Amino acid sequence: MAESAQSPLAQFEIKELMPISIGETSIAFTNSAAFMALSVLLITVFLVLGMRKSALVPGRWQSMAEISYEFVANLLVETVGNEGRKYFPFVFSLFMFILFGNMLGMIPYSFTFTSHIIVTFAMAIVVFVGVTILGFARHGRHFFSFFIPPGVSVVLWPLMIPIEIISYLSRPVSLGVRLFANLTAGHTMLKVFAGFVVSMGVIGGILPLAFVVALTGLELLIAFLQAYVFTILTCFYINDAIHLH
Amino acid sequence: MTNDNEIDTLNSLATRLRHARKSAESKAAGATVGSGVRQGLGFAMRIGVELVSALIVGVLIGLALDFWLGTNPWCLLVFFVLGSIAGIFNVYRTAAGLNQTVGYRTKLKSYSKCSVTREETEGKEDSG
Repeated sequence: MAESAQSPLAQFEIKELMPISIGETSIAFTNSAAFMALSVLLITVFLVLGMRKSALVPGRWQSMAEISYEFVANLLVETVGNEGRKYFPFVFSLFMFILFGNMLGMIPYSFTFTSHIIVTFAMAIVVFVGVTILGFARHGRHFFSFFIPPGVSVVLWPLMIPIEIISYLSRPVSLGVRLFANLTAGHTMLKVFAGFVVSMGVIGGILPLAFVVALTGLELLIAFLQAYVFTILTCFYINDAIHLH
Repeated sequence: MTNDNEIDTLNSLATRLRHARKSAESKAAGATVGSGVRQGLGFAMRIGVELVSALIVGVLIGLALDFWLGTNPWCLLVFFVLGSIAGIFNVYRTAAGLNQTVGYRTKLKSYSKCSVTREETEGKEDSG
């Protein structure tokens, strides 16, 4: 029995499936990349084949595709308003990608690419930079008024402005870390309790087994919830950038 | 007669459409997003990380400034404190329903729309 195979952290290991390198840099096709590609493929299949018939009265599959569309569309319109519709493709892609990544991770022996901070942080940075550019494009230099809280006297500005800037810069950090931390913690905990089932034997193992079942349910909830939180925060940030005054 | 009937159905359709649009708009104008449990859980997930992330950013800025200016450890100390304040602010804003990390204004407006009296809103502004 290999020691590494028993570690609860072994599931997060990156494995090179197809070593490719340009010069010194390795751009190997890893298991992480494979699962990203798989999730994009599944999303495409889910939506395109689901809407193939586009019946007026939707079947089960079509109605699932429509529900996911409407869920994100409502979220966006409720937070941003009608101007937000332009950004729907981006927000919807983000939501589906994270959701499918999280859900694929719930399948035993699969790899959860959202449990790597570089992946979540990259997505958070894309949102952050995109929203900042959007704010600048729409408001120009007026965007800086964002950092001055209204109703604060000029005396306090030297204190308030750094605080607001730190607040603003903390957005991508909190966005990325939240998704990564929840997924990593959850999956590690699942593996740890699954390890208890084996080590505690037939009778003692029943309790941790029950716990693993409950935790799996909780993880499914968290997988959805984290996709939702990431999406709704993206909506909030877009709203901030558009409705700056 | 058939013509009248058609006009009636069209009229009722028009009123129904108007109602639907209105309710959709009022939903869009409200500050509430999502419903019940989902919103609450999403909310709970956000608070803790908001507190820590601002602190991390503050400390990183402090360390970077120290590295550039050679002012060990003063920038770190100052930005540690600023980061903590920013973190607590983030949590306060999330919990107060202002729902965002930076900028009070837009949310305060939708706040006052949601039947919060003007005095309360101004009180919030002052405390910020």
